[in-house]
Amino acid sequence: MITIQKRDSVTRKQGALRQLASIAGALMIGALVIFLSGYNPGTVYIEIIRGSLGSGYSISETVQTVIPLLIMALGVTICFKVKFINIGPEGQFYTGAMAATYFAITWPDLPRGALLALMCASSIAMGGLWCVIPALLKVKVGVNETLVTLMMNYIAIKFVAYLQYGPWKDPSVIGYPVIRQFSQSGILPDALGVHSGWIIAILLLIGMIALLGKTKYGYKITVLGENPNTARYAGYGTAKLLVSATFIGGGLCGIAGFIQASGVENSLNAMLSNGWGFTSIVVAWMGRLKPLPIVAVSVLIAVLIQGCTYLQISMGVPYFMASVIQAIILFFILGSDFFMNYRIVRRQGDKEAEARR
Amino acid sequence: MIQDIALFLQTAIIMGTPLLLATVGEILTEKAGHINLGVEGMMMIGAVTGFLVGFATNDPLLAALAAGMSGFLSSQIFAFLTVSLKANQLVAGFVLTIFLTGLANLIGSNYGNATLSSEFTQKIGAVAVPGLSRIPLIGPALFHQSIIVYLGIFIAVSAWVYLNKTRFGLSLKVVGENPSFADDAGIPVAVYQYVHIGIGGFLSGMAGACLTLVIVPRWQETVTAGMGWIAIALVIFATWNPSRAIFGAYLFGALKGLAFKFQGTSIEIGGASLSLPSQILDLFPYIITIAVLIAITLGKRRENQPPRWLGKAYFREER
Repeated sequence: MITIQKRDSVTRKQGALRQLASIAGALMIGALVIFLSGYNPGTVYIEIIRGSLGSGYSISETVQTVIPLLIMALGVTICFKVKFINIGPEGQFYTGAMAATYFAITWPDLPRGALLALMCASSIAMGGLWCVIPALLKVKVGVNETLVTLMMNYIAIKFVAYLQYGPWKDPSVIGYPVIRQFSQSGILPDALGVHSGWIIAILLLIGMIALLGKTKYGYKITVLGENPNTARYAGYGTAKLLVSATFIGGGLCGIAGFIQASGVENSLNAMLSNGWGFTSIVVAWMGRLKPLPIVAVSVLIAVLIQGCTYLQISMGVPYFMASVIQAIILFFILGSDFFMNYRIVRRQGDKEAEARR
Repeated sequence: MIQDIALFLQTAIIMGTPLLLATVGEILTEKAGHINLGVEGMMMIGAVTGFLVGFATNDPLLAALAAGMSGFLSSQIFAFLTVSLKANQLVAGFVLTIFLTGLANLIGSNYGNATLSSEFTQKIGAVAVPGLSRIPLIGPALFHQSIIVYLGIFIAVSAWVYLNKTRFGLSLKVVGENPSFADDAGIPVAVYQYVHIGIGGFLSGMAGACLTLVIVPRWQETVTAGMGWIAIALVIFATWNPSRAIFGAYLFGALKGLAFKFQGTSIEIGGASLSLPSQILDLFPYIITIAVLIAITLGKRRENQPPRWLGKAYFREER
C-alpha cells in the first residue's frame, strides 16, 4: 500500500535543489519537444540565452518583459496574502492603462512630470477600483472573488477594444484602427537604455518587501491571511484590511498597465498585455508569494519569452514554441511542489498485516 | 424581417453549440470539485486535431472523436497535477491553456490555407428536415441545422439525467461537495475526479472541432477567440445545471451572432439611430454572468451554489 505523507520540514537548500531539479527535468522534456519538431535542442537553448541576454539590446528587451510581470505578480501576491484569489490582473492592467491613456490623449500638452504623475495616479486608482469591486462583493455579499475577477478581465479587454475601434480611434490613421500615439510628455523617459519603468519596478519591489516585512500593516495582512479568526479577535477590521490590500494589489497591476502603455507602446491597444496578466498569477504562485523568488521567476519567464522571440528570427522556430516550452517548465515546477511538501511511503502497517496473514 | 429573425435564431443556435459542449464538460468537471481553466486551450487542441483528421480522412465521426480524444488526453495532464499532485487548480488551468494554445498553433501552422473537401462539409453541414424546417421564424433554427446541434442538446440532456437521476451522478455531487464524506462512503474520489475532468476535456475538444469543422470551417490561429472563457462564465450562468446551459449557450451564441451582424452598422429604431459596437456586445456575457453570480449568492438556494469543494485539493491523509 502506497500513501503520501507530509514532510516535517524542508530546508532552504533542499527546496532550492528540488526546484532546480524540476527545471532541469523540464528542460529535458523541452529538448525532446524541440527535437521532435526538427531542431537541435542544444542550439535552440544557446540561442534562447543569446537572444535574451546576449547583447545590450536583448537585455533591454528582457528587462522590459520583467517589469510588467514583476509588478503584476507583486500585486497578485498581496491579494493572495489576504486569501483574496485575484485572477484579474489582466483586467486591472487594462483599466490602469486605459486611465493613463485618457490623460495622455486628453492633455498631451501638459509638462511631462505633471502628465506622467497624473497618468500614474489615475492608473493606480482605476486598477485598484477594478480589484476593489470584487473585494466589496466578497465582503458585503459573499460572492466568489475568483469567478468575478476572472470575468472582469474580459470586460476590461473588450472595453479597450471598443475604445480602440470606436471613440478613441485615431482618425488620421487609415486602415487598422489604432489609438493616437502619446505626445512626448506622456512617454516615460529612458534610463540606461530602457524606459524608466524599471526604476519604478525596483521601487515598488523594495516598497513591497518593506510593507510586508517591516510594517504593522504587513503584519496584520499576514495574520489575516493565515488565520482570519485570529485577525477578527484581535480587532483588525478584517473587511477594511481586505479592501485596502486588494486596492494596493489592483493598483500595482494598474501601474504595470500605465508603464506598458507609456514606456513600450506609447499608446494603448487591446493586445497591450500579451496575456502577461495571466502569466503573472503563475509567477506569483511559483515564487511562493515571496518578493525575491518572484523576481527570479519573472526573470526566468522573461528570458524564455524574449529568447523565443529571437529564435523566430534567427532560426525560424515558430514563436508558439515559446509558450510550449514555458508551459512545460511551469508544469514541472507545479508538479515538483508536491514532492517538496509530501513524500511517498509504503505504509508499514500494511506490510505487517500482510505478514500476519 | 421574419426571414432575418429566422436566420438570426439559426445562427444563434449553431454559434451556441460549441459553447454548450464545452460548458456541459466544465460543469461535470466542476461538479467533481475541480475548476479547469484550460477550457480555451482544450478547445484549441480539439480544433486543430479535429481539423487535421477531418482534412486527412474526410470522416466527420473520426474527426470529432480524435478532437475529443485530444481534449481528453490534455485534461489528464491537469488531472494528474491537481488530483494526484495536489497542485493549485487555477495555476494548472492557466498553464494548460498556455501550453495547448501554443501546441495547437505549432501543429496547425502549415494548415492555415487548407480547406475541407465539399464532400466533408456536406456530410456534417446543415440538413433541412423536410416540412418542419419551413415553419416560419423557428423552423430553420430548430430543423435546419448540422447534426452537431442535436448532438449538443442530447449531451446536455444526458448530462442532466446523469447528474440527477443516477447513482453515479449523486456520488459525483458528493465528491464535489465533501470529498472526505464521499471517501467515508466508499466512493473512489480520485477516480471520479479523473473521469469527470476527462469527460470535460473530451467535450471541450469536440467543441473546438465544432468550430473548425462546421462553423468557421477552417483552421485559424485565433479560432476559439475566447469562447473557452465564455464557457466558464456559462457554467456560472447555468448555475451548474446542464439543462439550463442549453438556454444560456444559445443566448450567448445569439450575442455572438449579434456582434457579428452589427459590425460597423447601426439600426434604426423609431427614427433614432442605435449603434451597438460588436465589442460592447462581446462584453455582455461577462456582465450578465457577474449579475447572475451576485443573484445566486444573495438567493442562497442550495441547488444554485457552486460545489462547496470547488478549487480545493483533497488530501485523504489529512482528514
